[in-house]
Amino acid sequence: MTEIPTPASPFAYAPAPESTSVVDLRTSYGLFVDGAFVDGRGESFTTLNPATEQPLAEVAAADAADVDAAVKAARRAQERVWGRMPGRERAKYLFRIARIIQERSRELAVLETLDNGKPIKESRDVDVPMVAAWFFYYAGWADKLEHAGYGTTPVGVAGQVIPWNFPLMMLAWKVAPALACGNTVVLKPAETTPLTALLFAEICQQADLPAGVVNVLTGAGETGRLVVGHDDVDKVAFTGSTEVGRQIARAVAGTRKKVTLELGGKAANIVFDDAAIDQAVEGTVNGIFFNQGHVCCAGSRLLVQESIAEEVLDRLRARMSTLRVGDPLDKNTDVGAINSREQLDRITELAAVGEEEGAGRWAPDCALPSTGYWFRPTIFTGVTQAHRIAREEVFGPVLSVLTFRTPAEAVEKANNTPYGLSAGVWTEKGSRILWMAERLRAGVVWANTFNKFDPTSPFGGYQESGYGREGGRHGLAAYLQEENR
Amino acid sequence: MSRDRTRRDADRIDVRKTYKLYVGGAFPRSESARSYEVTDARGGFLANASLASRKDGRDAVVAARKAFGSWSTRTPYNRGQVVYRIAEVLESRRDQLEREVREATGVNAGGARAEVDQAVDRLVWYAGWADKLAQVVGNANPVAGPYFNLSSPEPTGVVAVMAPASPLLGLVSVVAPVITTGNTCVVVASQPHPLPAITLAEVMATADLPGGVVNVLTGHQGEIAPWLASHLDVDGLDLTGVDDADLARDLEVAAADNLKRVRRPGPEDLAADPRLDRMTRFVETKTVWHPVGT
Amino acid sequence: MLAPMAAPPTAATPSSVAPTDPLGVAGSDASLRRFLHGLPGVDQVGVESRAAGLATRSIKTTAKAYALDLAVSMVDLTTLEGADTPGKVRALSAKAVRPDPTDASCPAAAAVCVYPDLVATAKQALGSSGVKVASVATAFPSGRAALDLKLADVANAVADGADEIDMVIDRGAFLVGDYRRVLDEIVAVREVCARPGGHDAHLKVILETGELATYDNVRRASWLAMTGGADFIKTSTGKVQPAATLPVTLVMLEAVRDFRRATGRMIGVKPAGGIRTTKDAIKYLVTVNEVAGPDWLDPDWFRFGASSLLNDLLLQRQKMRTGHYSGPDHVTLD
Repeated sequence: MTEIPTPASPFAYAPAPESTSVVDLRTSYGLFVDGAFVDGRGESFTTLNPATEQPLAEVAAADAADVDAAVKAARRAQERVWGRMPGRERAKYLFRIARIIQERSRELAVLETLDNGKPIKESRDVDVPMVAAWFFYYAGWADKLEHAGYGTTPVGVAGQVIPWNFPLMMLAWKVAPALACGNTVVLKPAETTPLTALLFAEICQQADLPAGVVNVLTGAGETGRLVVGHDDVDKVAFTGSTEVGRQIARAVAGTRKKVTLELGGKAANIVFDDAAIDQAVEGTVNGIFFNQGHVCCAGSRLLVQESIAEEVLDRLRARMSTLRVGDPLDKNTDVGAINSREQLDRITELAAVGEEEGAGRWAPDCALPSTGYWFRPTIFTGVTQAHRIAREEVFGPVLSVLTFRTPAEAVEKANNTPYGLSAGVWTEKGSRILWMAERLRAGVVWANTFNKFDPTSPFGGYQESGYGREGGRHGLAAYLQEENR
Repeated sequence: MSRDRTRRDADRIDVRKTYKLYVGGAFPRSESARSYEVTDARGGFLANASLASRKDGRDAVVAARKAFGSWSTRTPYNRGQVVYRIAEVLESRRDQLEREVREATGVNAGGARAEVDQAVDRLVWYAGWADKLAQVVGNANPVAGPYFNLSSPEPTGVVAVMAPASPLLGLVSVVAPVITTGNTCVVVASQPHPLPAITLAEVMATADLPGGVVNVLTGHQGEIAPWLASHLDVDGLDLTGVDDADLARDLEVAAADNLKRVRRPGPEDLAADPRLDRMTRFVETKTVWHPVGT
Repeated sequence: MLAPMAAPPTAATPSSVAPTDPLGVAGSDASLRRFLHGLPGVDQVGVESRAAGLATRSIKTTAKAYALDLAVSMVDLTTLEGADTPGKVRALSAKAVRPDPTDASCPAAAAVCVYPDLVATAKQALGSSGVKVASVATAFPSGRAALDLKLADVANAVADGADEIDMVIDRGAFLVGDYRRVLDEIVAVREVCARPGGHDAHLKVILETGELATYDNVRRASWLAMTGGADFIKTSTGKVQPAATLPVTLVMLEAVRDFRRATGRMIGVKPAGGIRTTKDAIKYLVTVNEVAGPDWLDPDWFRFGASSLLNDLLLQRQKMRTGHYSGPDHVTLD
């Protein structure tokens, strides 16, 4: 093979920043309880733009009394209004919300990118359209529950705690099915990304959603614990780390609370020697560098058949060299900012461990901005199952590359993890895809694709990746009482 | 009266059965060499059952894990046939089981007959589900893009089951749904009424059920259950037979270590027609995507 | 590439002498077939989604100015109508030399592309401007004629001074798996492109991807053409729909990238037909830049087969220069 040096391109894309004028940031935000914004009783906190480390706004923190008020409002709304409302009327509210999300899509996308650090390209083309689609999909279920096979009785009040990696999308995944089934919600967005949830609260106001049906409580982990632990919460839904998932599972033990948990992952992306290789490389890149690798189902372990390992790595490096890292608001940015200093430290630490353990570290030579939280897209080669970077969730743009020889070995290595959220398989041989898909212990298997999501498609894990499914008909189960199944 | 049931001739001495554990298809004694006295409803001696230890629990989990690979990948049709075969063999040994149920619980002959009838019928009901559940709880998902998208249920893995006191119907009601869907299990039998459980194990051992798919432990729930609940190679925990609310909570807390799927105990009429929930509790929905193109 | 990579590396410089079969895969019908069918597959959904992703690049200000001039310089200004006349070709040639008469800084187009009987006219009109004359040949567009007629067609254009020959492959032979026939024809045309004193006519091989139907076929046909000694691989005649598409071009750009890695030789790519707007052209340039690499950002290695595209590029150039939108009356209509 001829080594072709990559010349500097004369085609230098000029900055193409998305305007932030569409976002009307306030200096401070309150809690959204019982249909109105109120002051929090906890100590307010600052949310930053992770790309600049500049403060965006002061945000209220909910304490126990705030949580109690929100749960009471949700209970009232559930019993007096929302739970009694015919499904077709609930549906109309959800359709309305879906439409307003579409109408305000640019504003939502820009705010999401400001608060989270993800590229505007993704918030604009992936997150926000998916959010609208999620509400649109579940809106249609509200008056058809008797056909879904889970009964029609709502659980009651749902306490929902969501992460910072897809703030709006996770909100939609939680709120839309809950509301469609006749529940009311108390939602706790992540500490570092509260702003779009608060904008969503405004959208609920615009939609004239009855007071108390959606309550948004901002705050840190303690607020989340209070929501989960509140006696009058009937259902807990959480997306986040496996460690917090365990704490929640313990906290609800012995209660009547229903729980669904969508937790961590260490997905294998398996590339066979007969794969459509360019698409496999593209899927690998998308699998780990989408959203800076802050994705629970990220394909963080590339398992490549040994016979084509060098070939795939060459192509992977070449492809990674074209990734554009930087200003999330630039429309040409492929990889944005790491969401927080804390997360950057964690990624940095685990990458250092990878090096100490002898794996080969490589990253393209891209310039990074001088302020903000950044991490170059990175691969580690020569990784084995014994390396920490092959076992622990990095939750960042770091890919571990391992090799295998046979399909059985690929399955064995892919399944050799306490997690089981997702897996990828790349081969042009149909029967092998199905053989692999049957054996991979993961809730989602992407064959010849990766990181695809859809409101009609159930998503969730095996083993320590959590339990319950979000999306599709299956996603209704978590929000309906079990007596009638 | 009970110990002399096979007597035809007053001069002949019975050959009594030793009730042992059922692990990996074999019938070992507890590795602890302990046993406990099992009595009939009036307090009369019935047998010494094995008093399983945590190490027996560990061995049972190993056996269940070993059996999972091949059991879970058998065709549902085949699993259905095996569960049906259990019903057949159970029917053929109904006299023995009726007697054991009667002795254990003190119900009259009609009551014991009804329990065995229901147990057999329940096995038949579940046997038929093996190749239908995926059709009822699976989905073809119409995603907004050029992708084939299919969701189907798969067994969770190794499930630890705390059997309820109802010695036969209760046991069948908790075990059949778990194995019909392709899981393997470790069952802690009813502490006061373990003998029908071991006889059912003999039924299963002669019904083409592969060794290790069902493992039966007899002994103290409170001693064995915590080890199963915290065992990292156990994927699910059915607490149906745990009457002590504090123990149930503690077990659920322990189960959180590896996020076991937990079925909490609750009021349940085991004689009523079952619903799908005992099967759906211990299955995982797997969704497979594939592009559609030329 | 999963294909053999035994060939020694050579410098990646334009060469008028393209060796055929640099990878030694065409020794027998069977080996040729094995080679082409051993190329990695192309997943349709994956490649289309990659192309759609590249199409979202936002090219502004300085980058746009660069892209506009580059695109103008890559245009093969084309007229391939039954109604073509010397007058039409002379007008087109003038436009190619000086696309925007109001702006001396505007680069010339790459070539004028005509039928063989108008090559002499174009050659005369273009003189020493540096704008090339390209001629379609080989019973364009269907290619359904006897080989000797096709070769005569080529010879005629070459004799009249064509700098570049755009041949069509035998799609029928390709689709029935008679790769040898396709290859032999390319090799034969290439020989007719040779001129005794050097200055061989460059050979562009038109795959007519709209008739090949699958991306797997596009990849195989690309490798087949390169194996036969093509200097350029070109998507379409413009007479069949669909003509050029971004994903088809992406697959061809992957092929030339991989061919270079395998052999050291650079091959050019020319999408033709259906590219009418600046916005489209910029998507193609982004794809060239990010898939094949910046080395292909040059009229020697990438062309647009187009007619109306040029005027849209000129309107955009005027907008960038003046700061306001222009109109069709402010560009020439030849």
